[in-house]
Amino acid sequence: MIEFINFYLVPGLALGSIYALGAIGISMIFGILRFAHFAHGDVMTLGAYATLTAVWALGLHPLLALPVGIAFAILAALLVDRVFYKPLRELPTIYTVIASFGVALIFRSSVQLIWGSQNEVFIRGVQKPLVVFDLFRVSLLHVESIAIIVLSAIALHYFLSRTRTGRSMRAVSDNPELARVAGLDTEKVVRSTWIIGASLAAIAGVLAGLDTNIQPNLGWNLILPMFAAAILGGIGKPMGALLGGMVIGLIEELSSYPWITDEPLINPSYKTATAFFIMVVLLIFRPQGLLRGRLF
Amino acid sequence: MDPIGLLFYLVAFLIFGGIYAILCLALNVQWGFGGLFNAGIAGFFAVGAYTSALLTAQPSETHVGGFELPVPLGILAAAMTAGITGWAVARICIRLKSDYLAMASIGIAEILRMVIVNEDWLTNGSLGITNIPRPFDGLVEGRAADILFLAVVWVIVAIIYIICNRLYDSPWGRTLRAVRDNEDAARAVGKDVDAFRLQTFVIGAALMGVAGALSAHYFRFLSPEATEPLLITFLVWVMLMAGGSGNNKGAILGALSVWAIWSMTEIFANRLPAELATRSSYIRMLLIGLLLQFVLQKYRSGLLPERSPGIIFDKEEDKTDG
Repeated sequence: MIEFINFYLVPGLALGSIYALGAIGISMIFGILRFAHFAHGDVMTLGAYATLTAVWALGLHPLLALPVGIAFAILAALLVDRVFYKPLRELPTIYTVIASFGVALIFRSSVQLIWGSQNEVFIRGVQKPLVVFDLFRVSLLHVESIAIIVLSAIALHYFLSRTRTGRSMRAVSDNPELARVAGLDTEKVVRSTWIIGASLAAIAGVLAGLDTNIQPNLGWNLILPMFAAAILGGIGKPMGALLGGMVIGLIEELSSYPWITDEPLINPSYKTATAFFIMVVLLIFRPQGLLRGRLF
Repeated sequence: MDPIGLLFYLVAFLIFGGIYAILCLALNVQWGFGGLFNAGIAGFFAVGAYTSALLTAQPSETHVGGFELPVPLGILAAAMTAGITGWAVARICIRLKSDYLAMASIGIAEILRMVIVNEDWLTNGSLGITNIPRPFDGLVEGRAADILFLAVVWVIVAIIYIICNRLYDSPWGRTLRAVRDNEDAARAVGKDVDAFRLQTFVIGAALMGVAGALSAHYFRFLSPEATEPLLITFLVWVMLMAGGSGNNKGAILGALSVWAIWSMTEIFANRLPAELATRSSYIRMLLIGLLLQFVLQKYRSGLLPERSPGIIFDKEEDKTDG
């Protein structure tokens, strides 16, 4: 039981936090701009690399250097929205989807050009796990990830329900025509969406980079589980995406637990396939997700 | 560069250009005719490549087979297995709208990739399959074999081009375009929308399988790296958008011109100083990504835009109707 908590449950929650942070952005962008943002993973990568540079330059702990990564990711997201997505906004959204594939490639190759394609690490050496009561041995990073997702969830809830911008974002997501007729500034809403999406993506990128290492495909490799999480939660429902991310992360880690026999239930090399599988099944049977998101 | 070297460079360029032309025609059937967003091209390509490779390679202990079957049979089987895979995928997700179909098809392609990498007994994992024959092996020796293979590839391109053109002009193709442009209207006149989409998806997937098979035979070696989604899925999308989706000639032209840009930047990169040369492939990808954005914003209908055939109206025959 202790082993279950130490090696499966806590890592599952930590992985889930990373997915959740990415999925919130994907879900909000899908809900407000109405397209699947395939470059979102690469926004994460950009955030992670920018943070890495700050760590190198200032010698800070990665989590303290995070604001640099967040700022960089926000700038990049606003820039591509302005240059590449906005001109296509009046067309069928599929063109924007194709453009986002291109942006993903542009981001990734820029990262490779600037930082090279070798693996980098934030902190060298083996990190000592936290030991509690001599029973629970969990990595400090996993605790940090879970703490960050809890804080983000509270902040996001406050923002969406209490602030004017947050409420107009929900309005545009629920009914764009009505929101426009009511005189909401759609462009401002779009900007806020990118700012929030990119900030959370940068945090997720740094957490993912801390968990393994940083390389140019860091974010791209996470994009499908994050889509799965966004769909599971219901498109356009940030809190749903958060829940979806946790569920997908947990399922991925728990799928290799020896549930029935002594062997792992699913071979660990197929761990990520479970997320894709859930996504495909969801798309067929319950595309509106757990929290009744929108369908486009 | 000596003329002979240049000639064989051109041959290699045209062989792979032909394989990309097939992929582009296949995607044109799915996206150009049917409006289906397939983002898992690499998956069908891989299924085709592995089918034909395993069926035609020399027996080996490291993977299933090879069965040493004739190459044409391998290519046919590749079309069939890729088509069946396409059928299974389409059965599951053809009703999904564009963005969702993109996610589902990428997901399935990734699962296929994982199977290929992890199931050593089937595919020899990342070490790959060796000793894959080419068609007419032994007929000619040395570098002339490349020229023969070039002919084989382009004969297949021509056949597929004619098939695709016939499909486009046929009543089937017309219905398909109706489904693409206005699904509700097509449904209202009694067309089985899902059936048409399923057929389109299967035909496209089968053709992608053929392209996969040809690339395996060309290199005589196949490993999971050959099915890299970036080089297959992404590049083919850029090719079709640049060439003109919905136009078969445009698909071939797009494949060749984008492939020319891709190859030319390689030559250019080889002349760069060493420290830049290692990063040249990233500059290439950056360029391709920017090219796609440019095409999307300025030349959305591509080099050769789609031109629907006019209605052929036979006055002589029509007299009977008054």
